[in-house]
Amino acid sequence: MIELVSDDRCIGCNLCVKVCPTNVFDKTAHAPVIARQEDCQTCFICEAYCPVDALYVSPYTDEAVDVDEETLAADGVLGSWRATLGWGPGRTKLAAVDQTPFINRILPPRPVRAAGISDAGSPTG
Amino acid sequence: MSAPADETLSADVLVIGGGPAGAWAAWSAASHGARTVLADKGYLGTSGATAPGGTNFLYVEPDDAKRSRMVEERLASGGGLSEGPWIYRLMEQAYLNIHLVEQWGYRFPLDEHGNLYKAHMQGPEYMELMRRVVRKAGVHVLDQHPALELLSDEHGVGGARGVNRLNGRSWEVRAHAVIIATGGCAFLSKGLGCNVQTGDGQLMASELGVEMSGMEFSRQYATTAAFGTITRNRLLSFASFYNEQGKLVHEGGPRGDHFFAVQLDKGPLFAQLTHADTPDKREILRASTPLWFVPFDRAGIDPFTQKFPIAMRYEGTIRGTGGIRIVGEDCSTAVQGLYAAGDAASREKTAGARSGGGAYNASWAIASGTWAGQGAARYAASQKVEARQRELRPAGRHGLEHTAVTTDPIPVREVVNRVQQEMFPLRINYFRSEPVLAASLERLNQLWPLVQGSVSPGVTAAVQSREAAAMVVNARWMYTAALLRKETRGMHTMAEYPVADERLAHRLLLSGTDRITYRPEYVKARGGSVLPPVIVKEGQPI
Repeated sequence: MIELVSDDRCIGCNLCVKVCPTNVFDKTAHAPVIARQEDCQTCFICEAYCPVDALYVSPYTDEAVDVDEETLAADGVLGSWRATLGWGPGRTKLAAVDQTPFINRILPPRPVRAAGISDAGSPTG
Repeated sequence: MSAPADETLSADVLVIGGGPAGAWAAWSAASHGARTVLADKGYLGTSGATAPGGTNFLYVEPDDAKRSRMVEERLASGGGLSEGPWIYRLMEQAYLNIHLVEQWGYRFPLDEHGNLYKAHMQGPEYMELMRRVVRKAGVHVLDQHPALELLSDEHGVGGARGVNRLNGRSWEVRAHAVIIATGGCAFLSKGLGCNVQTGDGQLMASELGVEMSGMEFSRQYATTAAFGTITRNRLLSFASFYNEQGKLVHEGGPRGDHFFAVQLDKGPLFAQLTHADTPDKREILRASTPLWFVPFDRAGIDPFTQKFPIAMRYEGTIRGTGGIRIVGEDCSTAVQGLYAAGDAASREKTAGARSGGGAYNASWAIASGTWAGQGAARYAASQKVEARQRELRPAGRHGLEHTAVTTDPIPVREVVNRVQQEMFPLRINYFRSEPVLAASLERLNQLWPLVQGSVSPGVTAAVQSREAAAMVVNARWMYTAALLRKETRGMHTMAEYPVADERLAHRLLLSGTDRITYRPEYVKARGGSVLPPVIVKEGQPI
C-alpha cells in the first residue's frame, strides 16, 4: 500500500491525485495526503508518474507498515520503479529493452493441455 | 438526482471506462467522425488490469493456414460456445491495430531473429501512449469521473451521469450512443490493477434490460506472492514448490490444472524460482517482468534463492468470460445505442467456456473497442434529434441516493466484506458444488436489500455505495448461472456433475436485478462469413 508522500521532495504538482486509479490521495494546499489508504490496490503506478520520486508504495498490500524516508532514499528505493520503467529525462524506456521474446527459449517444460480438454476434473468431484 | 448536473456536455458517443477497451473505443469512434467523450472512474492511462504491468497479446501473422489452425484449436477448447468467425476477426483486427501501435511510436523489442516482437507490451507505456492517441483523435477525456447511471428514454440509451470525485460536482453527458468499457468484476480482490473493476457497467446495462451471458465462467484466480498483488503466473513456471514444513511438493515442470488450488486448500504453499538457475536466465526474467520483482526487492526476499509464500487472488470476470451480452457484430447490445467492449462484455464469442484471460482478452479489448467505436459512431450519425433535446431520465435503480427504499445507510464496508467472503474462498467458488453454491447464493441474496438503503454523504460514499450494489448483483448472477449449469464445461466445474452434458451445450442468458431470470441461447459455432476488419488510415507517430 502507499505509505509515503515525501513533504521534502513533493513539488505539489498533484499528478498522483489525478492519476491514481482508485482515488487514494487528496489535494491540499501543500503536498497531497494519503486520504484513503485502504483503497490502495498496490499497483505502483503513482510512483511511475511522480516526477520527483516522492512516493513509496510498500510491497505489503493487506497491512500498513512504518517506513523511514531516509532509509528508503539511502537505499535507492525512492524512484526505483520509475527508473526501471525508464521514465524521466535521459532514460531508455523499458519497452525497448523488454526481454519477453527470450522467455520462451528458457522456459522449463510446460504442461500440455490437449485441445478440447477443459479445466475440468475438480478434485472434490 | 433529477436535479440538473453541475457540469453538462453533449456528444455523439460517450465511452464509459478508460482501460484499453475504452481507449480503443474512443479512438475508433472519434476516428469515424463522432464527437466523443470518454469518462473514466480513474485515469485514462492508469485504469484497468493492463496499465500497471506487462501484457501478452494474441498476435498472429496473416498466415491463413496458421490462423485457421489456431481458430480450430480455440473452437475445440471453448466448450462449443465460441464462434469461428469471431475468433478469426479478433486475430485480424488485433494484428492490424498492433501495427498501428508500432506506427504511433511504441518501441517493440527485437526477438532473437532480429524481428520486432509484437505479442507483448509493457502496460504503463502502452496505456500512456493510448492516452495521447485518444486525445490527439479529439476525444474529450474526463478523468476521475465515475459514471453512476445511464440516461434513457423510449428510443434507448442517451448518455450517463455521475460525479467528479476530485471536487464532488455532478456531471451529465448526453450522447446518441454509449459504449460500456468499465471492465469485469473482481470484487476488490487487489489482483494487479483489478480494483477499478467492480462490475458497474454490467449493473448499468442490466438496469436498461440488457442480459448478461456466461456469468458462470468466472472461476478464475491468479497466483501472487501472498503479501503482494502482482498476478503474473508465468514466472512461477520457473518455480519449485514447498509446503509449510519445507518439504518439496513439486519440483517444477508440468503441473496439474488444479495444482495451486489443491495445495493452497491443504495449507500454506511456498515457491522459489529454482529453474532460473543462471545469471542469464535471471536477467531475462527481470527485464521482461520487472514489476513482479518490485515487491520482492522491497520486502528483502530474493525469489531465486529464497522461498516465499504464495496465494491466489480472485479475478472474477476479468479473466473469466461472462459479461454484457453482445448481439451485433458491432458489439451492440439489445438496447438501442448501447454498446459493450472489453471485459465488461461477454467474451464467449471468442473464448467460449474457457478463460478469456491473458493474450486473448488483451486483443479482445483492442478489437471489441474498435468495433464498438465504429458501430456507435455510425449509430450516432443516423440519429436525427440532438441527444440534449430528448426527454431522458436517469435509469439507475440500485445503490443510488434517489433509488433508496429505506433510510438505513448502505453499510458499504460490511457489504463488500460479506460479498468477498462468498466470492474469494476456494471452497465455494473454485471447488464448486451444488449445496455450497446454493447456500452462498442465499446469503448473497440477503445482502441485496442492504444496497437499497440510503447513501451516506460525500462523493466517496456515493461511488462506493453504487459499487457495492454492482458487486452484489454480479455475485448473484455468477452463482445463479453456476447453479443452472449442472455440468462441467470449460472453466466451470461442478463436483456433482463432473462431465459436460450435451443438453447444456448453450449459453446462459440472465436478466434482472431484483429477480433474476434466464433463458438459453444456442450457438452456431461454425459457418457464417468473416466480417472485414475495421481499417483506419495509417498512423503517424504520436
